[in-house]
Amino acid sequence: MKLFADLIEVLDSTNKTNAKVNALAAYFEQAPDTDKVWTIAILSHRRPPRPVNTTLLREWASELANIPLWLFEESYHIVGDLAETIALIIPASEKRTEKNLTTFLREIIALKSKPEADKKAYLFDNWSILNYYERFVFTKLITGGFRIGVSQKLMTKALAKATAISEDVLAYKLMGNWDPNTISFHDLVIQQKESDTISKPYPFYLAYAVEETPESLGDVTDWSFEHKWDGIRAQVIVRNNQLFVWSRGEELVTDKYPEFQEFIGKLPNGTVLDGEILVYYNNDIQNFNELQTRIGRKTVSKALLQKAPVILKAYDILEWEGKDIREHSFLERRKILEALLKQVTEISLPLQLSKTYAFTSWEQVAAERRKSREMRSEGLMIKRLASTYQVGRKKGDWLKWKVDPLTIDVVLTYAMRGHGRRSNLFTDYTFALWNDKKELVTFAKAYSGLTDAEFRKVDAWIKKNTLERFGPVRSVTPELVFEIAFEGVALSKRHKSGVATRFPRILRWRHDKKIEEANAIADIKAMIQANEVHE
Amino acid sequence: MKTPLLIFNNEGIYCKEADVYIDPWRPVDKAIITHGHADHSRWGHKKYITHHTNVPIISHRLGDINVTGKAYDESFVINNVKFSFHPAGHIIGSSQVRVEHKGEVWVFTGDYKTENDGISAPFEPIKCHTFITECTFGLPAFKWTPQQQVYAAINNWWAANKAEGNTSVLFGYSLGKAQRLLSGLNPEVGKIYTHAAIENMTNVIRLMVDFPKTHLITRDTTKKELKGNLVLAPPSAHGSPWILKMTPFVTGSASGWMAFRGARRRRAIDKGFVLSDHCDWQGLLSAIKATEATKIITTHGYTDIFSKYLREQGYDARTEKTQYEGELPDGEVKKGEEQVV
Repeated sequence: MKLFADLIEVLDSTNKTNAKVNALAAYFEQAPDTDKVWTIAILSHRRPPRPVNTTLLREWASELANIPLWLFEESYHIVGDLAETIALIIPASEKRTEKNLTTFLREIIALKSKPEADKKAYLFDNWSILNYYERFVFTKLITGGFRIGVSQKLMTKALAKATAISEDVLAYKLMGNWDPNTISFHDLVIQQKESDTISKPYPFYLAYAVEETPESLGDVTDWSFEHKWDGIRAQVIVRNNQLFVWSRGEELVTDKYPEFQEFIGKLPNGTVLDGEILVYYNNDIQNFNELQTRIGRKTVSKALLQKAPVILKAYDILEWEGKDIREHSFLERRKILEALLKQVTEISLPLQLSKTYAFTSWEQVAAERRKSREMRSEGLMIKRLASTYQVGRKKGDWLKWKVDPLTIDVVLTYAMRGHGRRSNLFTDYTFALWNDKKELVTFAKAYSGLTDAEFRKVDAWIKKNTLERFGPVRSVTPELVFEIAFEGVALSKRHKSGVATRFPRILRWRHDKKIEEANAIADIKAMIQANEVHE
Repeated sequence: MKTPLLIFNNEGIYCKEADVYIDPWRPVDKAIITHGHADHSRWGHKKYITHHTNVPIISHRLGDINVTGKAYDESFVINNVKFSFHPAGHIIGSSQVRVEHKGEVWVFTGDYKTENDGISAPFEPIKCHTFITECTFGLPAFKWTPQQQVYAAINNWWAANKAEGNTSVLFGYSLGKAQRLLSGLNPEVGKIYTHAAIENMTNVIRLMVDFPKTHLITRDTTKKELKGNLVLAPPSAHGSPWILKMTPFVTGSASGWMAFRGARRRRAIDKGFVLSDHCDWQGLLSAIKATEATKIITTHGYTDIFSKYLREQGYDARTEKTQYEGELPDGEVKKGEEQVV
């Protein structure tokens, strides 16, 4: 455990990605093989199931620390992380343990089925033989979500450095279902498999935002236009009768979208498509909220597959008949893509073409952009017909022209302390709008959009203007007005105000406005109607 | 009901009987001052009374003021009220103030810590009836490690940065924390450079305490001479153009708030060292117990939580609003303290 806890402490002691990669690589070079496998498992979100619920953890930790439960809860609200709070309040001990990470994880797995008294005794014993960082790591392993600022990608990069195996090959090796308890480091990482290379994706080509208006791009007929779909950017690979789905974070997500298994045998081997994963039913693209139910899941239930089925909206083809065609022009690649999709339309695959438009004036382009909300798109993509498929974010040939967000002025009514880097600061806000009876009704929550300096100012204001406390939440004097932006709005029965917004965030603090000048619910309902009129 | 010996009014902590204030936040005629930090010793009082080691410090900060210095345990009487200073262990020259009138004793801590830092006179518990205490870190989540361990960690960090060719930039308040860090740094690792705000304050305190040699960073200081050495800078220097001269550098911060991982990440500091000039949870509880006081007033910090806990322990505890700030979480500049960069 000491080695792993030391690693976490080093990772915690730097904000520099390179230093993190080096520390992890050094760990992979010296840790025992079984610990390495577990470290890979933990950092790729394969943690053992939680053996003890958090209510018991809180009670037992406050008992061991000899403080009342309410005081533990108050401390937790301020620290902002349960494992960190427990690690901080448990009294320090002179005892030490040589048990390694693997032993701890095996014990934690076995703990789940034990009686409550055994669980308590196990936690008391182990909390008392670990130092601060070990206690923090141990408790994190028990509470679950091991987020410590190290992504799966960063871990893979470090593993590549330590083993001299390429990152893409490693990403593939680490995908799918493997059991850290039984697989060896050699089988998981070192052993070469023929399949290692067939999953290899191409680096994604990313667009720049249009700065003001697109007229400066010159002749409108040099460009192709399509809607910018609000889903998950993905590369879908069919090679050797196998399917691989890569997300833009270059994470292999094949298992999350079993619908695409149908492509095998229907799309020829040696095909790589670039497109957007979207939830689609009733002949329509669905809200991004529905897609969110699919993103977090490692395994997808049948019920969820029926409730939120996905399609790939394809807009580009990077490999055809086993050949890399990225040097072909966009126009030529689209011809190949369109011909391919025409062939498979008869078979009804979860695959659609993202339609392109040709315009003769920039006014037409602007008019199409205005249809974005009703098309359920985020705006327009503008691609040069003659462009090759490039690597990463490059200026010049691919641009995105997003719709302007909707905005509304709201009143701050509740605040909660943030977590992680915002712990101990009130940064999570609830906002209200006026109803017909001139009462403030909760409307939306927003967590982002202010600078750190502004957050500190609002935090100080909240501490001085608290009306009531409800655990971590405080109600505040209605006085501050903020302008918030959001991407869409829909009627909702679950929300007190009767409306739900998509991606609300703070645009600015309206020092110039009094609460009487904030908007009413009627104003936002009018926005929904305005959108429906278009349809 | 008779007026309490000390009351909290718009100007500060007031002793009506003696017509004198302790650490007032607005200008008054006569102010008894616990220590030199800006939120406790403000500008504009007609007369200052403080411990004599604090005299050069507040004179440096506030300029030409009318100030009288007293020794620890030396009592002075104002209108039949007996006052005396007692060591608070917070920073050099810091005191608790004992107030006695007709057999009733109150003690105000100002800011204090129970660990002996080797620079300030160590904290002494004073028996009293009413104890007015700060509680900046009044949560059980705060538990300090002995300073020698923290100093060793800082020196190891510095040596490791030096081995990689990086300059170490360590942030701490220019009064108090900077000198405490200086006393723990190992000059065998390399040279110690300072920001002007820290150099000037340290020179004032050098008259009373020995510190390792420091080198002021000036316009003529080159990147080359800084390389691998350590720079002591005030927290407000973080993210400023001044710091670019240290490139390539690694940042560290020494503060009680560094106990929280979130506080360090929020400031984008590489390494946090948990080192505070205030009491931790156990320090507060043991200090309170040692005073044998039954009435406790909490002034700044997690006051509501801390006084609720004290009431459960059988104390008559309450909170009073003041304008003291304790140790600020994000390296912010205290009110009345100039932004140095």
